[in-house]
Amino acid sequence: MSAPLLEIRDLHKSFGSVEVLKGVDCTVQAGEVISIIGSSGSGKTTMLRCVNMLEDFEGGSIRIDGEEIGYLTDGGRRRRKPEREIARQRALTGMAFQQFNLFPHMTALENVMLGLTLVKKMPADAARATAEGWLDRVGLLNRKDHRPSKLSGGQLQRVAIARAIAMSPRLMLFDEVTSALDPELVAEVLQVITDLARDGMTMLIVTHEMRFAFDVSNRVIFMNQGRIGEEGDPKTMFANPSTERLAEFLKNSRFS
Amino acid sequence: MGYTLNFSAVWRSFDDLLFGLGLSLLLAVLSIGIGCLIGLVLAFGQTARQPLLRAPAGLYVTVFRNTPLLVLVLISFFTLPQLGLRLSKTNSFVLALSLYSGAYLAEVFRGGLLGVPKGLREAGLAIGLTEGQIRRRIILPIMLRAVLPALGSTFIGLFKDTSLAAAIAVPELTFEARKINVESFRVVETWLVASALYVGTCSILAALLRRVEARLSLAG
Repeated sequence: MSAPLLEIRDLHKSFGSVEVLKGVDCTVQAGEVISIIGSSGSGKTTMLRCVNMLEDFEGGSIRIDGEEIGYLTDGGRRRRKPEREIARQRALTGMAFQQFNLFPHMTALENVMLGLTLVKKMPADAARATAEGWLDRVGLLNRKDHRPSKLSGGQLQRVAIARAIAMSPRLMLFDEVTSALDPELVAEVLQVITDLARDGMTMLIVTHEMRFAFDVSNRVIFMNQGRIGEEGDPKTMFANPSTERLAEFLKNSRFS
Repeated sequence: MGYTLNFSAVWRSFDDLLFGLGLSLLLAVLSIGIGCLIGLVLAFGQTARQPLLRAPAGLYVTVFRNTPLLVLVLISFFTLPQLGLRLSKTNSFVLALSLYSGAYLAEVFRGGLLGVPKGLREAGLAIGLTEGQIRRRIILPIMLRAVLPALGSTFIGLFKDTSLAAAIAVPELTFEARKINVESFRVVETWLVASALYVGTCSILAALLRRVEARLSLAG
């Protein structure tokens, strides 16, 4: 087996006195598509946010391609890396959010171009070409000059995914990307993610869409009270959950 | 008993009024310009995560927003020379109005910053932008659009506040009007014309700001 793309070791994270992650271990190989499921408050979103340092964490380590994310240890003391270094490391991953978070004062194209020009230092015309290419991939090239206020929820999320993926991240993080969408807009977003998965993009997907998790992932992680409750390939897991907690969760999510 | 309006004395000195209006505008532009810079720094300071930045910014706003502008003008003109800082009348007024407007504008900007959704910062971080880049390219432009209506009222208020410069004999519009009043005794005519100039200028300013607002609207 090759060196893992992502390696999470004994991850601990608290908000005040509430411990949200109580020692999570997780290894992801390049090309894997992993869905993270579990009830609200189980820690799945927090785990995702630790991977790109949107949350600081107190214990454990996260490595991408062997490179330690966010912290360095010298003389036995753990310190947060300088902001610039963390910004560079964040660009190793791309993230799509539940609330899309498109920049409202920029067109779809400008949203996708911003990171290319500011972070990747691409010249404007190269950035434009790359951005247009990705907007085309998500089927929105004809909407490139529209502001977010003129786009539907599904279109917003597709632009947001294009914005993240245009940075050519090593790993894509999806944080409940369909939870804020009207039901009839969910399919177009899941289709885009499915296409990217087929292209071999490595992904961590936090989702409540059980059917989608079942169809798209090589592996499913079930988070339960800040720990990984169970993990495995979706067919086995969904058919024969080995813990009562997962069985109950699947029953309540009405997966059939 | 009738009072016959006679504007001839005012029209004879109308150039002085226009010159005064010009100086009023210049005072306002300079002070508001400097005030905006002060206000931006303070607003980011007041909304910073570090208490060490929040405290001094808060103290500044408390002091300068709660001192009457006339008192600041008098301190700036009469007290600072005692401390070794001698400024011209005009400069000392610009200093006072800048410091004062900085406090008001800080509150306007702070309100705008609180309204920028947190998720936008995170989206910026997620594509690898630094905090500085996020402030300049995302938060500032969105905040400025949000505060434009409030900013318009503040600008107009500050422009009218330039009339207090008359207290230290800066020859702006109110000072010139008072001179004409004293020289001609045409009390009603002089102040009617001076008020009309203030109202006209403010209306033009308001219309301009509304056009900027419409152009930059995020709904478009």
